[in-house]
Amino acid sequence: MGGWFQDNGPLLGLALLDGIASAALIFMVAVGLNLVFGVLRVLNVAHGSLFAIGAYAAASVGVFAASAGLPAWASLPALLLAAILVGLVLGPLVERLLLRRIYDEEPVLQLLVTFALFMILEDAQKLIWGVQPVSFSTPVSLLGTVDVPFGADVIPYNTYQVILLPLVAVATLAGLALFLRRTLTGRVIVAVTTDREAATAMGIDARRVFLLTFTFGAMLAALGGALSAPTTSLVPGIGASTIVLSFAVVATAGLGQIEGAALTALMIGIGRSVAVTFAPELEVVVPYMIMVLVLLVRPQGLFGVVETRRI
Amino acid sequence: MTLPRMEALLGLLVAALLVLAALSTPWMKFVLTIALAKGIAVLGILLLLRAGQVSFGHALYVAIGAYSVAFLAPSIPDAALLLPAAALVATLAGALIGLFVSRYREIFFGMLNLALSMVFYSMLEKFYHLTKGTDGIRVPPLTAAGMTLDRVTFEWTVFATALVLALAFGAFARAYLLSPMGEALGAIKTRETRLEFMGVSPRRVLLSAYILSAMMAGCAGALVAMTTRHVTPLLSYWTASGELVFIAILGGAGGVLGPFLGAIAYELVRVYAAATVADMWQMILGAVLLLVILFARGGIWGLLSARAGKGAGA
Repeated sequence: MGGWFQDNGPLLGLALLDGIASAALIFMVAVGLNLVFGVLRVLNVAHGSLFAIGAYAAASVGVFAASAGLPAWASLPALLLAAILVGLVLGPLVERLLLRRIYDEEPVLQLLVTFALFMILEDAQKLIWGVQPVSFSTPVSLLGTVDVPFGADVIPYNTYQVILLPLVAVATLAGLALFLRRTLTGRVIVAVTTDREAATAMGIDARRVFLLTFTFGAMLAALGGALSAPTTSLVPGIGASTIVLSFAVVATAGLGQIEGAALTALMIGIGRSVAVTFAPELEVVVPYMIMVLVLLVRPQGLFGVVETRRI
Repeated sequence: MTLPRMEALLGLLVAALLVLAALSTPWMKFVLTIALAKGIAVLGILLLLRAGQVSFGHALYVAIGAYSVAFLAPSIPDAALLLPAAALVATLAGALIGLFVSRYREIFFGMLNLALSMVFYSMLEKFYHLTKGTDGIRVPPLTAAGMTLDRVTFEWTVFATALVLALAFGAFARAYLLSPMGEALGAIKTRETRLEFMGVSPRRVLLSAYILSAMMAGCAGALVAMTTRHVTPLLSYWTASGELVFIAILGGAGGVLGPFLGAIAYELVRVYAAATVADMWQMILGAVLLLVILFARGGIWGLLSARAGKGAGA
């Protein structure tokens, strides 16, 4: 065992760092998906498309900022700006035009409606940004690299992925927890999540809460996408793989669990990157294996609570 | 005329029309065989929809059926043996996976199926030495019940088999849905707890429908493999599963003719649309799906039977 570590230590360290970086991104998407499901009770399959559109929009805004002669540091706020824009435009549009019509429908139809939306957005994104890979790596090169000590080895890794992404994810987690527990709007959202009817009876405008939550969730997805844009080249299909992966996180953690989603994202992110390094052919399978194993033992998810059945 | 009788007559009429269409142009025969195969797979989706469950991963069983044919063809090169073999493999896979997924409902059920089909997809893609990856496997020429047929005759044989299977599965699915098992499926959708009160296990009801749907999808996959003579991992990609659900909604979940009407409409439109608006194909599908759900809930079959009902009343 010691010999194995001697040989593969740096590789394992690299895999762990990769895992943390991707976990941060997965978390951003999964937490939005979870929040929207918790409040609206609609699993938004198009959430992955919002991620993809956020990523492409960030690349466009970043490239535009660079061509307009703005300094390199401006690429960071550009990412944020792009995400907020995508969320503010698409969020209310989708909620108002589409979701509002189907809140009272059966879950199957809700699922199909967001699936249809996903198909539409997927092609819209191809029409706007084409099918050629798009890349935008200014923020990564801007922040340079950092030497991460790992046991006896030192691993140079880019600062953007190993420091900034996890920081943003942790800030989102903490911010969201504080927002939901300490502010009035947050507590209203929690109230609607727990019992929509009772909350409405107390005078809460559930429709406004739905609109607000969906827009916020869309923004989180777009932010996840925007943050991922500098780390990879964007190709059609990232929306699909993202939604499947973040669903795996949400299902493993348990629906409606925010802190749980963070831990699970870490677990799945690291599991996947370790697989990429040591058993590449298992890469795509690992997240689902984790999910299936967890669900076999705990059908409600790792942190989920068993819902009382309404007869 | 009562609706069930009309359904049966209409089914035979559609079958006759299909034979005529297949006779008219050679490529029609190919398109319609694929449409019939998909219709059979969608029939399985229909059973699950009756329970209010939608599987976003049933292309898994289509792919299992197709790959069974491709893997077994070198050792048993006979279509009459390969078809039941493929159905058997898909049924076994369905029973195994069904034991797991029948514990879940709605979103979990849909997405777990999706996840499993994607796992199979990536396995087909990554284990190159077994599956030849994305290149796929060619299916060698097959005999039919011991007879060596020329290409055109073989294609006709597959078409006829697909048609007979479609009629048989259609009749079976209708009988199944009217049986106590079918009624119990409907009860899972409305109020599962009531089934338990009656001493019926909802899990077993769903499991048997799931296994049946896997078998139908496996047959569909075998027919697809015999028609296209080439299988690729794309058969189990999530878009293929989405296609099946799409056809189910388009055709209408109300009757067993719906899946076939939907599949024929879908395949015919695809032949033209994929050539002219390839970039926007998915977008058009999505828009149609939205329109059907929001404005024509019963799909093609719903529109037809509403029209017929009005005609009978007048």
